[in-house]
Amino acid sequence: MSQPYLAEGLPQPVPAPDGLDAPFWAGLAEEKILIQHCHSCQGWQWGPEWICHHCRSDNLGFEEVSGEGRIYSYERVWHPVHPALKDQGPYLIVLVSLPQAGDVRLVGNLLGDPEQTVEIGAPVRAVFEHHPQADPPFTLLQWQLTA
Amino acid sequence: MKTLRGSVAVAGVGETAYYKRGDAPDAEAKLALTAILAACEDAGISPRDVDGFASFSNDRNDPSRLSAALGCRELRFSSMQWGGGGGGGSAAVANAAAAIAGGLAECVVVFRALAQGQFGRFGQGPRRNTIAGEFAHTIPYGLMSPAQMFAMKVVRFMHDHGVHQEALRAISLAAYHHAQNNPRAVMYGRPLDEATYDASRWIVEPFHLYDCCLENDGAAAMVLVSAERAAEFPHKPCYLLGAVAGSHHRAGAPVHNTPEYASSSFPTLAPRLYEMAGIGPQDVDVLQSYENFTGGVLMSIVEHGFCAPDACNEFFVKERFLAPGGDLPLNTSGGNLAECYMHGLGLVIEAVRQIRGDSSNPVPDAAVSMIISGPMVTPVSCCVFGSEATL
Repeated sequence: MSQPYLAEGLPQPVPAPDGLDAPFWAGLAEEKILIQHCHSCQGWQWGPEWICHHCRSDNLGFEEVSGEGRIYSYERVWHPVHPALKDQGPYLIVLVSLPQAGDVRLVGNLLGDPEQTVEIGAPVRAVFEHHPQADPPFTLLQWQLTA
Repeated sequence: MKTLRGSVAVAGVGETAYYKRGDAPDAEAKLALTAILAACEDAGISPRDVDGFASFSNDRNDPSRLSAALGCRELRFSSMQWGGGGGGGSAAVANAAAAIAGGLAECVVVFRALAQGQFGRFGQGPRRNTIAGEFAHTIPYGLMSPAQMFAMKVVRFMHDHGVHQEALRAISLAAYHHAQNNPRAVMYGRPLDEATYDASRWIVEPFHLYDCCLENDGAAAMVLVSAERAAEFPHKPCYLLGAVAGSHHRAGAPVHNTPEYASSSFPTLAPRLYEMAGIGPQDVDVLQSYENFTGGVLMSIVEHGFCAPDACNEFFVKERFLAPGGDLPLNTSGGNLAECYMHGLGLVIEAVRQIRGDSSNPVPDAAVSMIISGPMVTPVSCCVFGSEATL
C-alpha cells in the first residue's frame, strides 16, 4: 500500500532490547505474521512472553499464521492526544482475534472510511503497511474488511 | 477466615484545595504535606504520631522524606501498591490497615499527591521517536491515552449486553449534580444537563468529553489507627469492614489479551470483599465508584452485583444515583468527573464523610459506605467502611 493510515510522526516501533518480539517485527517486513507458539503444549500466546502461560515451558517459537481474523472490539478516536494527529480527524482502532492461533488478539487500524459502521465479529484480513523511508524502517500490521 | 473487619478506624481525612492541572500554587511535594497536615488536624493528632505511610500508582513523595519533613517520631511502615492508575486506591487502605492489624505500625497515613501540571498530563501521548516493548504494539496505531486503552473494553461490553449511551450519561450527570453542592469541587457552579452531554464532543467513542475524568493538581490524605482507639478522635467513628486488591491472574496479559476483556477487573474481588465485610450489595447505603471513564463505573457496578449485565439500560438512570433519596447514591462528592481527579483517593475520603455525616451530599443514616477503585486496570481494589452499628 502507498499511503499510511495515520499521519507520520507517531513513535515508530522498534524491537524490544531484550529481543522478545524481534521475530514478529522481522516477519512483518517480509509480509509474514509470526505469533508465539509453544512447542511443548501447542498453545498460542500474544504478545510474546518468556514462558508459555499454558504449560510454563520455555520451548517457544514463532509460527506463521494466515492473515484472516475477526473484529473482537474496536474504537473510533476523535480527540488527538499526539501532535502528529492534530489534523488526522477520526480514526479506527480494531482489536482483531486470530481463530487459527488460539484467538490471540492483535491491535491495528481498520482501513477505509473512518466513519464507517463497524461490526464486532466481522471478518478482516491483514494488510502490511511498510515504512521503508523510516529510520529504522518498520512495517505495521493493518486490517481491512474481507470482501 | 482471617479478616480486617472492624480492626481499623479512620481518625481523620484531609485534602488541599483542588485545582485544574497547572493551577496549583504549590509544588507537588508541598501539596502532599499540606494534605497530610490537614488530615492530622482533622483527627486532632500531632504529625509526630504518624508512623507509617501507604500510597499507590508510583506516587513521587517518598515516605522517608515525608516523615523527615513532618517530624514524625519514627518511621515504621512505608508501602507502595504495585500497578498504575487508580486501582491502588483501596489497596493502599488495605495495606495500611494490614500493617496496623499486624502490629507493624500504629498510625498510618494513606495519601496521594498529583500535580499533572508539573509532571505531565495523563491524557496525552508520549513524545519520542521510537517505542519498544508492549507499547510498540499499540502506540503506532494511535492507541496511547488511557481513554483509548479502555474504550475497546467498554465497546465490547456495551455490544454484548445492548447497553445504550444514556446509561453512561446517567453516571456523568449524577457526578456533576453532586458537585454543585460541594464547594471543593473543580466543577462547582458548572452544572451539566442531558443536552450539554449529548452535544459534547467525542474523545473516543463511546466516551464523550463528560465521560472522562478531569486532570488536576492537589493532594488527599487520611489517617488510620487501630479500632480500639476510634473513640479518641473528634469525629463519629468510621470503621473499615473490608478491603481487597487483585485481579484475574491473566488481567495483565500483554496487548489486550486478557481473557476477561470486557470487564472492569472485579469478578474475582467482589465476592471476597463481600465475604470479608459480611455484607452484600443490598446492604450498601452509598457507593463511590472510580471514574476514569463512565464505562468503567458501569462495568464495576455490574461486577459488584448491583445490576445484572443485561439490565443496565433500566438500572442506569440518574435519579437512582442521586443523594439523598436515590436507591444507590453514587459519587456523592462529584467524584473524579466533577470534584477532582486525585487518583480516586478523594472518593475514599468521601466514603468516610458519608459515615461521619459530613458529606456535602449526605445520605441520611449511611451505615455501609463502599468504594470501588480504578476499574479496568490491574490490580484493582475495593473497600467498605461502616458505622459503629455495623460492627
